[in-house]
Amino acid sequence: MIVEVKGVRKTYDSGVEALRDVDLSFPKGQLSTLLGPSGCGKTTLLKIIAGLIPKNGGEVLVNGKAVHGPGPERAFVFQDFALLPWADVLRNVGFGLELRGVERKERDEVARKYIAEVGLKGFEHRYPAQLSGGMRQRVGLARALTVDADIILMDEPFSSVDEQTRRKFQEDLLDLLRHHQKTVIFVTHSIEEAAYLSDQIALLSPRPGRVSKIVRPAVDRSKSPDEIRRDRGYLDTVDEIWGILRQYV
Amino acid sequence: MRGWQLASFALFFGLWELAGRWPVSAAFPPFSAAFLALVEMLRDGSLLKAYLITLQPLALGIVLCAVAGIGFGIGMGLSRSVEWLSLPIFIILQAAPMAAIIPLITYIYGIGLTSKVLAVIMLAAPVIVMNSYKGIRNTPPSLLQMCRSFQGTRRQEVMKIVLPHAAGLIFTGLRLGLAMGFIGIVIAELLITPTGIGDLITYNSSVADYPKMFAAIASIVALAAIALYLLERLERRWFP
Ligand SMILES: Nc1ncnc2c1ncn2[C@@H]1O[C@H](COP(=O)(O)OP(=O)(O)O)[C@@H](O)[C@H]1O
Ligand SMILES: [Mg+2]
Repeated sequence: MIVEVKGVRKTYDSGVEALRDVDLSFPKGQLSTLLGPSGCGKTTLLKIIAGLIPKNGGEVLVNGKAVHGPGPERAFVFQDFALLPWADVLRNVGFGLELRGVERKERDEVARKYIAEVGLKGFEHRYPAQLSGGMRQRVGLARALTVDADIILMDEPFSSVDEQTRRKFQEDLLDLLRHHQKTVIFVTHSIEEAAYLSDQIALLSPRPGRVSKIVRPAVDRSKSPDEIRRDRGYLDTVDEIWGILRQYV
Repeated sequence: MRGWQLASFALFFGLWELAGRWPVSAAFPPFSAAFLALVEMLRDGSLLKAYLITLQPLALGIVLCAVAGIGFGIGMGLSRSVEWLSLPIFIILQAAPMAAIIPLITYIYGIGLTSKVLAVIMLAAPVIVMNSYKGIRNTPPSLLQMCRSFQGTRRQEVMKIVLPHAAGLIFTGLRLGLAMGFIGIVIAELLITPTGIGDLITYNSSVADYPKMFAAIASIVALAAIALYLLERLERRWFP
């Protein structure tokens, strides 16, 4: 277990109770998703794990140690990309390293490598405004990869990507993250996406968010993407999750 | 300049010419007369002399505002206590009718350069300060979270995110401040003591040389318009 969440609670200053006693563990090297209806506290939980917003109770343990803020072992991919509009792709991707004081030459080199890995070679000197939603998300992902964190936290990384690019992006993502052996925690509200990508799915109930079920899809990942989407295990997982989420809508 | 812009200028001056010849009023000269007066004032050096005097308090006031005003706005954006102390002052300044305050300034500081610089500052400072302040405050929260997620320091956050983000609005504030400064200096030169371009306007009005008076007025309007247009072009180039 690389990340453990124990009894985490969160009530915003406005009085909204977003999370109540959430217990979850995220196994090392696996891809886990947080799935639940909109507004159930998925982003809140992910940002608490990232150390970006304070919690009102409970603990977040990374490699057994309690964490109270952001750390170098965790990198975040933002739903709205959080790119610097005045910086080109190269500088944006290298920005995490820039903040850590890595020399220009070295960080450009690392950035170029990951720009190529996320499929943006040739776009180094474009600005975020010149890129599509999917390309911006790739920039955000590349930036998270440069700092070599073991844990990648992603908030709805595909929500602004159109349907055709989404599948391709999902496949690329799976390959990339498996290749780098990252532990991934990622938020989605798409059942298909969760079943297709995850080793473990945590279903959250509507506000206040609690873990209502953990599902481990029995999907054979050695198959091709198209075969997986017709796989018995995949289809059963989608049905099972839909059966649970149906009572919330 | 594009064709339709030229056409619109031609139409404006053409109408002015017609209205002057009509005549609307004996005090309203046609465009051609004002233009000839302008040429004459350019030739005898009186216009240049007037502008050397007028532009001095304007430049001083704007430079002071740019340094102190931007500094203040940034301070207010970054620190809650500076904001608490000074935000009300600038909100009041922004709403106050300046022409009513100028006699007060004259009463305290006399009729010299100080009063005129102050008039420029009183008009230009609020918009410069408030724009800098808003630029700082409107930094997207997700950019700040992004910086923290990579363990950026507060200093890095300010230097690499907050200030570059605010730069565009700060520049807009400067441009609007200059526009207010032009208003301030003309009011000051008309209300405090007629000097510079204000003197040209009042003097020519008193001796009923209306073409020269209108030429002086048109020249300051044109100067302000050209200065602001150039700044806007620069702004669009630097902060697209
Ligand atoms: N900064 C905030 N202040 C107050 N309430 C918030 C804030 N952020 C989120 N919330 C509320 O907390 C609940 C959970 O939000 P969020 O974690 O963003 O949900 P999700 O990501 O699952 O859609 C929502 O009802 C939302 O309105
Ligand atoms: Mg969300």
